[in-house]
Amino acid sequence: MRWYVAKRILQGLVTVWFIATATFFAMHSVPGDPLLNDRAMSPEIRANLEAKYGLDQPLARQYLVYMGNLLRGDLGISFVHENQSVNDIIRERFPVSAILGILAIIIAAVGGVLWGALTALYRNRLPDYIIMFLVILGISVPSFVVAALSQLTLVTLNQAVGVSLLPVAGWGTVWHMLVPALVLGLSTMAYLTRLMRSSMLEIAHSDYVRTAKSKGLPPARIFTRHQLRNAILPVITVLGPQVAIITTGGFVVEMVFAIPGLGRFFVEAVQQLDYTVIMGTTVFYGAFLVFMVIVVDLLYGFIDPRISLQ
Amino acid sequence: MSTEAPELDFTPIRSREESQKISRPSLSYWQDAWLRLKANRRALVSLYIVISLLLFTLVGPLLWRSDPAFQDLDQISLSPGSDRQAVIVADYVPWDGAGGEQGSGLRVVDVATTQAVKLKWDPLPGALGHRIYRNRVPIGPELALGIPLADYVDAGTLTHEDRLDLHPRDYYYSVVALDERGTPQRGSFQSITVRVQRVITAQDAQAQGLIPAGEEVQLDDTVRLAAHPLGTDYLGRDMLARLMAGARVSLFIGIGAPTIFVLFGVAFGSIAGFIGGRVDQLMMRFADFVVALPFLLFMILFKVAFGIGPGESGVLPMLIALVVLMWPATARLVRGQIVQIRQQGYIEASQLLGASRPYLIMRHMLPNTLGVVLVTLTFEIPRAIFTEAFLSFIGMGVAPPTPSWGSMSNEGIKNMLTTPHELILPAILISITVLAFNLLGDGLRDALDARLRNTE
Amino acid sequence: MTDEHVIIDSESDFARSAGKQLAAYMAYAMLAMFLLFFLLSELAAMVGGSSGRGAIDGQSNAITIAIRQEPPQLDHTRASDSVSFTVLTHAMEGLLGYDNDNRLVPGVAERWEIRADGATFWLREEARWSDGRPVTAHDFVFGWRKVVDPATASIYAFIMYPVENAEAINSGELPVETLGVRAVGDRVLEVSFEQPTPYFEKLVAFQTFLPVNEEFYEATQGRYGADADQMLYNGPYVVSEWIHSASMLWEKNPLYWNKDNVGFINVIDVAYITEDVNAKLNMFKDGQIGDTQLVASMLPSAMEQRWNIERFMEGSIFWVVSNFRDGRITRNYNLRRALQLSLDPVEFVYKVLKEPGYMPGTSMFPYWIKGAEGSFRQEHPPIEHIPDVEKAREHLELARQELGIDEFPPLVLLADDTPVGSITAEYLQASFARHLGLEIRIDKQIFKQRLLKAEAGEFDILVNGWSPDYDDALTFGDYFASWNLSNRGRYSNAELDRNVRIGQTSLDSAERMRAFAEIQRIAYEDAVVMPLYERGWSFVVDPRLKDFNRRVVGPEVDYRFAYIDVNDE
Repeated sequence: MRWYVAKRILQGLVTVWFIATATFFAMHSVPGDPLLNDRAMSPEIRANLEAKYGLDQPLARQYLVYMGNLLRGDLGISFVHENQSVNDIIRERFPVSAILGILAIIIAAVGGVLWGALTALYRNRLPDYIIMFLVILGISVPSFVVAALSQLTLVTLNQAVGVSLLPVAGWGTVWHMLVPALVLGLSTMAYLTRLMRSSMLEIAHSDYVRTAKSKGLPPARIFTRHQLRNAILPVITVLGPQVAIITTGGFVVEMVFAIPGLGRFFVEAVQQLDYTVIMGTTVFYGAFLVFMVIVVDLLYGFIDPRISLQ
Repeated sequence: MSTEAPELDFTPIRSREESQKISRPSLSYWQDAWLRLKANRRALVSLYIVISLLLFTLVGPLLWRSDPAFQDLDQISLSPGSDRQAVIVADYVPWDGAGGEQGSGLRVVDVATTQAVKLKWDPLPGALGHRIYRNRVPIGPELALGIPLADYVDAGTLTHEDRLDLHPRDYYYSVVALDERGTPQRGSFQSITVRVQRVITAQDAQAQGLIPAGEEVQLDDTVRLAAHPLGTDYLGRDMLARLMAGARVSLFIGIGAPTIFVLFGVAFGSIAGFIGGRVDQLMMRFADFVVALPFLLFMILFKVAFGIGPGESGVLPMLIALVVLMWPATARLVRGQIVQIRQQGYIEASQLLGASRPYLIMRHMLPNTLGVVLVTLTFEIPRAIFTEAFLSFIGMGVAPPTPSWGSMSNEGIKNMLTTPHELILPAILISITVLAFNLLGDGLRDALDARLRNTE
Repeated sequence: MTDEHVIIDSESDFARSAGKQLAAYMAYAMLAMFLLFFLLSELAAMVGGSSGRGAIDGQSNAITIAIRQEPPQLDHTRASDSVSFTVLTHAMEGLLGYDNDNRLVPGVAERWEIRADGATFWLREEARWSDGRPVTAHDFVFGWRKVVDPATASIYAFIMYPVENAEAINSGELPVETLGVRAVGDRVLEVSFEQPTPYFEKLVAFQTFLPVNEEFYEATQGRYGADADQMLYNGPYVVSEWIHSASMLWEKNPLYWNKDNVGFINVIDVAYITEDVNAKLNMFKDGQIGDTQLVASMLPSAMEQRWNIERFMEGSIFWVVSNFRDGRITRNYNLRRALQLSLDPVEFVYKVLKEPGYMPGTSMFPYWIKGAEGSFRQEHPPIEHIPDVEKAREHLELARQELGIDEFPPLVLLADDTPVGSITAEYLQASFARHLGLEIRIDKQIFKQRLLKAEAGEFDILVNGWSPDYDDALTFGDYFASWNLSNRGRYSNAELDRNVRIGQTSLDSAERMRAFAEIQRIAYEDAVVMPLYERGWSFVVDPRLKDFNRRVVGPEVDYRFAYIDVNDE
């Protein structure tokens, strides 16, 4: 067990190194650099800037310096936001994305399990049809359309009522998060609902449920102890990758709802070719992903005794 | 029970072969799958939708021969089913301010047309200048006069020629006095209602082929403008033609990229799985690396790194980026399958009979993974289509003027309030496509692989 | 039969009681979610964000606004973007400034004198830094030296080149101490010029010429301007809180010498930082921010809301520039002339862009540029541009013969990746194809890559914009000077250069304007540049917020003279 964890962490570190290297070279192969500006600058000023950021060094040397700093956990200084270290930028913005992501995943998981159970219970009846229709929408409508439309709906609603029921954009209170988190979690919720539904139905026809029924156990007990519990297992299995997708996939929601998260910042950094921010964010997200996968794998071992951690 | 069971109690057996014959027709794996797919109504409907989408993309442009790049500047942002009547007028000449001497207050000179609305007014009391407003709604007690069109800071200018985005409808023009700081004195204003007529110049009408050949063009004749069944976009381009052209890009990326990376994944996975050992370890470790790359971040990064040259659509870089980042999932899946199959008895038997390695892979292993691969492919298509749409939304998609459903939605979102059809049409097409492939994937999974069967 | 009955019964019984159970779970889940929400809201408050006080707060005399971007940093010696300039205008004051009617007024300097060889500024005694220290002439000397210091690598260092030795210092040939500016005591600033600079008073109103307190600067250890508390302020507002990329808080500066006449609102809460105009519109509709920009597609609904729509010319001009580097066919006059004659900026602005704030381009000098007495464009009207496709085709034919080619190669059009940039490129492509049969290849690039290609000259025609740095015709007039690196097409014309020199150094205002008129004429007649539009914004302001302004030079938005009138709903 201990050996297994150590091996996984070591592999994870190698993976992070691979990500950092891939990012470094992908980025430096981009034509142009962060120093260019609307006001053309003289060669002297340019040389000054290059020296300041170490861009006058050969690429191999820049890579070594970057890797050295990375080992010490130093992601460098932003090119655009001079005087701000990338560590600070991530420290300030990632929690925003993370809170939003966690909220979204919780909404998605709770909603998915409950709706899934409901549709299975009322299979081929009205609740089933309504929910499955919504699920289909959740799966097939692009997130930016959902985001824009839900914001528009909220504005119209607020105007119709005459009071601001929920803020339409921005960040700060829990009310700001509600709609963006819902939008962010929507497709995952739809996916989980479908998964839950089919797994519920499968279990409803399983031998042990039939046995339980014939034993004359109270229905509520069969439903919670046997069906629900076992049906949740596959949902948990897919939750791991989904957590990663959601916490790193908030670009659209962050843009539409003016949320100061890391995703939106990354897109801006790419436009500006802000090398250090691009690399820092990618490496950080990569490491986060790798870490999440390891944690989830380890968790399975505890949840499902059938899986052995070897 | 056989349906051909004889009536008589005892009859001689006709032949031994007959009795051993299986009563149901022998079905190959694929025939069986097809039967099962046909029984799945949803999957079948999806299949028809996919086929009609392909027809829409490939055959559509042959039937609807409108040029998706042509900019019909007389019909910009037209919603579907708008009126197309237009009166023929002479070419536009800038107005010198002549005419309209009679009348007082704010008045229209000549006929108000979509080409220009010529306004003239008398100086307002105490005005050091004038500002012209135009509104779409009648002016109410709030004195909201609409959009300011122009400021004339000298009291002497008393004419304005409005050419801004005129549509055939009623407009409410107002003129307001300006004080010495150039601030409008909204207390004193005059206003007028103007009905604007849709017009087209004779030259444009001829150039667009609206007038049958050999016919005389006369001013004040009425013609019908070019038809746009689904309306036009922000540059007056035909939506239907653009949706078809966009379909080509979206579906090319959506189907092309998954096809390529699934094929690559199959090759990679089967080699790794078949060779096994250290090579397998190494190859799979590499796949793990690629999986660990944050997908959307690297999509953006690769998109920028590959770059788009002048005149290029940017479809290819996106395709490559998708392939580079998405292949490992298939490779892992196929490898798993191959490893499983390799331990099966029939492989051993075949090996003992002297089958060569390529034969084993081609004849036994790959066909047995095909079902899984096909299902994966169907599920990866919606992902690729969404990714294209997402990249277009953040402005890193295909380059203009190439349309794609994603970039069309992105443009449409900006005009969502005024011309919703520019968003709704491409968004609906994306949704339908994604949904169809998802349901088809479900159906295929049920039909092809009993083990992965979805209980519904 | 009976058996089946029982089963059905038990099935529906099962569903009912399981449904009850499920309902109970849902209730628990709801409760748990609510608890979680409040937990998260505590967390989010720690991370920072919008206060949600509403657009206008008459009680505490506060407003809430949104800005476009996060300022990279507030160190004005290195600032180069308009958002930073907007913040700096509110938080800092230079020697001179602008009042609400765009007139040049005294700032830290009480009075001043511009001579042919230099200038003298007499500083006022009451000017204070936000920590109570007086603002002295030494602060200006230190700030200006920092700008030209090669180690600072300031992009805007060039704007200081009229000061003696500035250019040489910036290229590392002379030490910074040799800069032609010195403090005579605490309250007199002496400047000597490299060459006569008649527009110097307009220059010093620019943010790059702001003061910095040396002692404080050194104490920040290179982090000057990185955070709200890493800066000293001397303007009408202080930045009291800055949560990066989320929000800022500007509060009235109690130590500002002119606080009775500038800065009427106590607190300006910059609660949102977003570039998304749709989000901003929605926030305005919802009463969260005091003003917002309107783009063309928002106007119909704005009219239906019966808002009071305002319009403002933002000052910048967008044009199509040809490439004059060797080997480019756009060097050919007739080809350029053909492109120019076929282009109809009026059609483009009115029919395609549909922005009432935009003005079709007619000259390389925007309408607001001041002349010797009144408006430059009224004193020196530009040549009227009448699109003429017939004539354009004739010129194209001439070009074909001169170049000795049968078929024109495709022209590369370098465009930016903004929404308007894309529309512009698509329109130009279709327009040149329709009128001249030329093939245009659009090269749409993200910001930095476009700059690289523009600098390297990898284009035939380039769409770009130019915004003014200071309120003088020269800010546009020197764009096509052969030595100007921003002249992306590398246009070089001795006659034009000579006129730029006059514009730079002549002390006779009328003569300068005649020189600029010459530049205007050459730019049109030689088809150097095809102006597309002068940019302007349509915007809407909360009716309770009065005297809010937008500016051509310096800040995009100016709340220094704004006040709240709660009676006007």
